Amino acid sequence: MNPETPAFKANARAALSDPQLQSALSGLPTGLVAQRTSARARLPEFEALRDIGRDVRNHALEYLDLYLETYERNATAAGAVVHWAETGQDAREIIARICQDAGARIVTKGKSMISEEIALNVDLEARGFEVVETDLGEYIIQNRLETPSHIIAPAIHLTQQQVEDDFRKLHTHLPAGRILEEPAQLVAEARSVLREKFMLADVGITGANFLIAETGSSIIVTNEGNGDLTQSLARVHIVLASIDKVLPTLEDVTTVLRLLARSATGQEFTTYATFSTGPRRPEDPDGPDAYHVVLLDNGRAELLGSEFREVLRCIRCGACMNHCPVYNAVGGHAYGWVYPGPIGAVMTPALIGVKAGGHLPNASTFCGRCEAVCPMKIPLPKLMRHWREAEFEQGHTPTRYRYGLKTWAWFAKRPRTYHFCARFAAAVLGALGSGAGRFSRLPFASGWTRDRDFPAPQGRTFQQLWAETRRGVPR
Amino acid sequence: MSPGQSARPGRPRVGLFVTCLVDLIRPSVGFAAVTLIERSGCDVDVPTGQTCCGQPAYNSGDQATAREIALQTIRAFDGFDYVVAPSGSCAGMLRSHYPALFKGDAVLESEARAFAAKVYELISFLVDVRGMTSVGSRFAGRVTYHDSCSGLRELGIKDQPRRLLASMPGVELSEMAEAEICCGFGGTFAIKYPDISNAMVDKKCASIAASGADLVLAGDLGCLMNMAGKLVRDGRPVRCRHVAEVLADELSDPPIAWPDKAVGEGSA
Amino acid sequence: MSLIEKPADREGAREAILSKVRASLGIEPEVPGQSGARSAIVERRIEAPPRHLTPARVLKPKVDLEALFASTLVSQFASVLPANNFSDVPGAIATYLRQTNLPSVIGLGQDPVLAALPWGIEPGLTLSPGPARPETEVSVSRAIAGAAETGTIFLASGPDNPVTLTFMPATHIVVLTANDIVGPYEDAFQVVRKLYGNGLMPRTLNLVSGPSRTADIGGKIVIGAHGPQRLAVVVVGNNRPPAA
Repeated sequence: MNPETPAFKANARAALSDPQLQSALSGLPTGLVAQRTSARARLPEFEALRDIGRDVRNHALEYLDLYLETYERNATAAGAVVHWAETGQDAREIIARICQDAGARIVTKGKSMISEEIALNVDLEARGFEVVETDLGEYIIQNRLETPSHIIAPAIHLTQQQVEDDFRKLHTHLPAGRILEEPAQLVAEARSVLREKFMLADVGITGANFLIAETGSSIIVTNEGNGDLTQSLARVHIVLASIDKVLPTLEDVTTVLRLLARSATGQEFTTYATFSTGPRRPEDPDGPDAYHVVLLDNGRAELLGSEFREVLRCIRCGACMNHCPVYNAVGGHAYGWVYPGPIGAVMTPALIGVKAGGHLPNASTFCGRCEAVCPMKIPLPKLMRHWREAEFEQGHTPTRYRYGLKTWAWFAKRPRTYHFCARFAAAVLGALGSGAGRFSRLPFASGWTRDRDFPAPQGRTFQQLWAETRRGVPR
Repeated sequence: MSPGQSARPGRPRVGLFVTCLVDLIRPSVGFAAVTLIERSGCDVDVPTGQTCCGQPAYNSGDQATAREIALQTIRAFDGFDYVVAPSGSCAGMLRSHYPALFKGDAVLESEARAFAAKVYELISFLVDVRGMTSVGSRFAGRVTYHDSCSGLRELGIKDQPRRLLASMPGVELSEMAEAEICCGFGGTFAIKYPDISNAMVDKKCASIAASGADLVLAGDLGCLMNMAGKLVRDGRPVRCRHVAEVLADELSDPPIAWPDKAVGEGSA
Repeated sequence: MSLIEKPADREGAREAILSKVRASLGIEPEVPGQSGARSAIVERRIEAPPRHLTPARVLKPKVDLEALFASTLVSQFASVLPANNFSDVPGAIATYLRQTNLPSVIGLGQDPVLAALPWGIEPGLTLSPGPARPETEVSVSRAIAGAAETGTIFLASGPDNPVTLTFMPATHIVVLTANDIVGPYEDAFQVVRKLYGNGLMPRTLNLVSGPSRTADIGGKIVIGAHGPQRLAVVVVGNNRPPAA
């Protein structure tokens, strides 16, 4: 997927004036946000678990090399074939070759953000495979030729009416007069259409929420059951996972799972948490004949040694975007690449460069709500600020802005001159704005005054008045 | 006591960090802060070596400038028992971020830490440090309170302003929905991303209007300027003031972004 | 080429990634003692996994855990069918299928406990052995444990309980003895370790906490997505093995 991140401003503006998108987004506060709040209230240990979860992830990262080796050893012992891929290109080649060797025609997929990150579908389709997304949200957007706008609710930007319209266009083999008024009817239709694909699939690809070193297992956490049909019914199951997903033990993963669903959807636990270990056993009557795991780096090893290490604790719950006022305003597509919201503002520059991704860490008020809800306590505002530092150091900060900053800094570093000029500015602006109390237009703040007034100064600075009162002049 | 009177023995000496916005736009907030700090039993002075907390540089990735300004601020407040700012955002910068700026430089980092330990946001200082439970002012009116982000999430300021407001006879607090959600100011954010900022303040103003209050209070002038600018542009009859103005009965100036001739605001 | 043969991956990728990770962690392979100390920490954690925090909600007497397990499952849109003894299970299932107006053909694996149930007393039920087929509408599996913490059933795949039975049919019925209900997930994982050995797992271990669901259309929860639309759990109160 080509990043559209440089066009963030224009995309955000379009998103703000898209009534359907705004209507879809308006459900977030009473939906996922409220559900998380009540799930948290039902588990008094939630905050303590956040601390433990953070420590568990930190430990796993601190010994990442060893846990990866342990994972590989135990997975291989269970019959898994473990592949290592440094880049997205490497991973795509490995997966394509597995599909070719399996003589595959139809490839089903469970929801996987990492496959979005490496644009896997486009690649497989170009090689002639029919790729079918089976998560309902992913299925809906795949057929619209869109990308996910949310990491756990990929079609959150769409209204029910839009889905109905799409299904009528897409499922032309079904009677035109059928009733699709209720979400349940739409779900039932998708279920029957996709069930056929599950039965015909040769290869099933899933992501992994976690890998467990102790047992060599991969885990997927889902609600629909599509991931399990994807991996159980195809002859070959491929797991695509980034290297940061490994956790030491079942106890460690358990602790993190206690936080994941609650943070994501406000459920006590997802409907399904599936631990997969190797291919079908000799005596098994079902399950895939082969089980491949592709361990993808794609920049993670480098992030581990940078000031961004903490972002690798992310468990992809989406709470940061659900609670982000910027995400709530513009939705996920405006971010222009795979990961939206605060986590995207940190991950995107890491993956596509700070020059192309620079808007995202800047488009934040640092309100801190993301960090406050992050189950892994990732200091997202701090990491966004680090990107701003990198941008500034590399000279990508826009010239006009840089110039303004420089001028301001010159004054701010000279208190006497600063106070003198502030007096002057307060007097001029105060006089111009006196009476009205505000400006409806200001040449140097046109972005501000297009939609709101700018309060007029009271006319004299505090420092000036303070000095006068000290001399005994009444205010 | 008139401001600037020499310190009395036994009374803590507080240096007021005015904040650049209060200094330039709304000095009455600074005087309200002085009144309240004095009422809490402290002496106040205002060093002239201060300008801005440095957030515009810090949040733009210009660490070097932010460090210079931080050092200037730290040194300007040498010798004070406390440093108090009528802003959660600036106090958060001084308290939480100054030490981070000097990471790796043991001497300056410990100087920044020692400084940070003395820094408080105004209302938190009054309640948490000085144990103030009542401000001794009156105000008649229906108010709503916006929780500014840095104060709320960096400094844990939530109940303190509400407790002091509740101590004032005549104040009716009508909470808005989603009081804890950002108003969209964000310093340079409002200038760099005006469309998104506007969408955020638009939502905020709808919550304010729905609360039925006729006065919005907050602890940060930046947020207040944003909300006030939007409310008056949309013609909503809701006024905005810094919470310190009401607590200190410093109400002779018109509300933020409000015409001079406005009369009839509740006051005792 | 067979399905499980490893295609030639880019040479040296494994070493390249691991050495990048080590470089980022500041690990010097040559420093004596360092690698040994790190390995010891990792080995110890894997051999004796430390337990973290157990939620207070499961620090209860067994009888309360059973009640919590059942009530949580019900709140997650599952049905709980009580049965005093194993011999009551066929009746409970037959009654449930009748009341819900469902077909009486049941897919099930070779689980010895299920096989030993007195199915004959419910002549209306037809057993269809083996993994799920597209036409299988009702399946029965036996769970190895249930965690009261969130009403979560632990199912281990294999010939006894093929994994497809858990996901393909529209109705999934799970048999679990009350004795196998534990408090936290950790206790259920101990059951897995006892059955399969430390560090070993069945091909799939499925933690199930209700019927399948989605909220992908307009954010509204719909029960019954790709997996079962109905989940019924028969909790067998008495642990005596079924009369043969």
